[in-house]
Amino acid sequence: MGLDIRWPIGLMFSLVGLLMTVYGFLTRADEQMYHRSLGININLVWGVVLLVFGACMLFLANRGKAKPPAAGGG
Amino acid sequence: MQVTLTWLDYLILLTYTAFVIGIGFALKKYMRSTSDFLTSGRSIPTWVTGLAFISANLGALELVGMAASGAKYGIITAHFYWVGAIPAMVFLAVFMMPFYYGSKARSVPEYLKMRFDERVRALNSISFAVMTVFASGISMNALAKLLNLLLGWNYHASLWICSAVVLLYVLKGGLTSAIYTEVLQFFMIVLGFAPVVYLGLKDVGGYARLTDLLKGVATNPSSLNLRPEGIHYGANAWTSAWHTLLAGPANNPMGVDWFAMIFGLGFVLSFGYWCTNFLVVQRAMAARNMTAARNTPLVAAVPKMLFPALVILPGMIAVALMTIPSKGYRIPAPILDNAVYARATAVVASSAALPPDEAFKDVSAAVGKRMDPVKVAELVKDYAAAPMPADTFRDRLWNSVAEYDYDGVILSLVKRYCPPGLLGLALTGLLASFMSGMAGNVTAFNTVWTYDLYQAYLAPNRSDEHYMKMARGVTLVGILLSIACAYFAALYNNAMDIIQLVFAFVNAPLFATFLLGMFWKRTTGTGAFIGLLAGTFTSGVVHAITISQGNAPGMKGGYITIFHTFPSEMAQNFWLAIYAFIVCFGLTVGISLSTRRTKTDQELTGLVYSLTPKIKAEGVPLYERPAVIGTVLILACVALNLIFW
Repeated sequence: MGLDIRWPIGLMFSLVGLLMTVYGFLTRADEQMYHRSLGININLVWGVVLLVFGACMLFLANRGKAKPPAAGGG
Repeated sequence: MQVTLTWLDYLILLTYTAFVIGIGFALKKYMRSTSDFLTSGRSIPTWVTGLAFISANLGALELVGMAASGAKYGIITAHFYWVGAIPAMVFLAVFMMPFYYGSKARSVPEYLKMRFDERVRALNSISFAVMTVFASGISMNALAKLLNLLLGWNYHASLWICSAVVLLYVLKGGLTSAIYTEVLQFFMIVLGFAPVVYLGLKDVGGYARLTDLLKGVATNPSSLNLRPEGIHYGANAWTSAWHTLLAGPANNPMGVDWFAMIFGLGFVLSFGYWCTNFLVVQRAMAARNMTAARNTPLVAAVPKMLFPALVILPGMIAVALMTIPSKGYRIPAPILDNAVYARATAVVASSAALPPDEAFKDVSAAVGKRMDPVKVAELVKDYAAAPMPADTFRDRLWNSVAEYDYDGVILSLVKRYCPPGLLGLALTGLLASFMSGMAGNVTAFNTVWTYDLYQAYLAPNRSDEHYMKMARGVTLVGILLSIACAYFAALYNNAMDIIQLVFAFVNAPLFATFLLGMFWKRTTGTGAFIGLLAGTFTSGVVHAITISQGNAPGMKGGYITIFHTFPSEMAQNFWLAIYAFIVCFGLTVGISLSTRRTKTDQELTGLVYSLTPKIKAEGVPLYERPAVIGTVLILACVALNLIFW
């Protein structure tokens, strides 16, 4: 139906991923804050994961647009 | 006790909210008829309906409740997935979807009308409509309470704002928008909670260390106050799914025998939920063609099979953390009222002069819970020695309670591991799970109301525009009713328990009716109707004459007399369902044989297995055939059971 859901999913996770990555990068020196996450800068790490996931979704959505109808396999 | 959110956390939350509402508005222009609004015009690709199928089921209560069970019972909880979901989902896909989708019914009650008669449809649609409203109210109440506790958010504000968001996108984009947002929510939940589980597992020291620690717990669970004194299980009670189950109800943490687990949960309850509940079946019915519809539950089965790692593991991590004193972690105590704190303050202040055991007795009585003697003694001593701020006192008293609020497990881990940023993401995941559950309920409710109650009985033969108005109107009404139920649940918790109990009675026999209806053409409407009523009646009666160990007669059963005592409530529930199923099955068969058929073979074509031409799969590639995928999934599920045997 009209909208390909991969666009909003891709956009949202890219945006949230970007926010977390930037924040993680800016706060990389804040050891006290990342004491909670066992010393891992989880914002930076997970932000990048979300960015990659978002980008994959956008890539798939874009490919689907070029070649409608999108394959609906499992 | 509370955490504060930073601007980034709010920003993540807002981004998510903006996107789900945006999806609703983007879909608005496609909503031209009731069929677009209530059934998505049967146009959605498989992977989308599949993820929505699982997301509608994954409400906030499931997330919270499964972590709680993971802590209370360990890996045996995974039977709710590997025994209590996957086989039923595969059965739905391979054997039942052809009739739901092929009959062109728009809802499960409508299928019942085509197969049997109006009585069966009315019974099913009314109970389903009421049940969805209550289910969504109960989960809203739980969520608003949780947010209030954790973030200090206003109870009413969280209730109304969350509902308003769901209302907005369902009203704009109907079922399609609910399904689309459910897919987004699915990823939000998984990606929001996965890092928390990862950090928890890393903190404990990996999975091998986790099982080692839990072995110590299993042999002496009373050392952590997980069980009363004197209860000992085998070393693998928390870490094996089958060894401990086969050891018998006295030797597994759940107190369930293998027969009740396999037949009661794995067959009666599981098939009754996954194969007949319109909330999930509706997602599959929205698929674009028969193959897509049948593959929907199969796509959903893949994440479902893996979910224990996301939802049960956190509970096990929590228990393991408690065994390492240096981690300073405990599962939160039940929430105490302000009145309790006031009472306890006075008692603690006055008991400094008393001998320690008397002081302990007094404080325990004032709090009304089991307390930790060492912590209470320290608190009494420190309180007498120097003035203590009220907040410190409250925290210390609360921490001295030796009982656990297992539902607090998941959030206590989120608080423990999430710095600002990730915290916002995890909380958004929680809100997403809540909204997906609620939107699922609302879209199922408005369809059943519009098609099966309003159009069928109240106002037949009106224009599609008229029904469209009704569908939108009832979406609003459904949400308002859920809010009313949430307030009702907050006020009368006991009344809510009774209502849920009644629904458990109504649902228990359902699968017998569907099974006979779909696979035996001789089943008659009268047989189905009376069988269903008798099944419900049976579970009510069995409940009234049995009880589970440790419960007083009353709400929990046994209020007429006690014929039998089950080792646990879980066992009692499973056995209730088994009796209801057997009675419904037997009576439906008996009455069907002694009543005349009202539907001819021709009328039942497409509705009953033996009268429906088999679906030819030649055009579909092997890897897209439901039977093939289903077999692979069952094998994978067996493998998981063997790995965690």
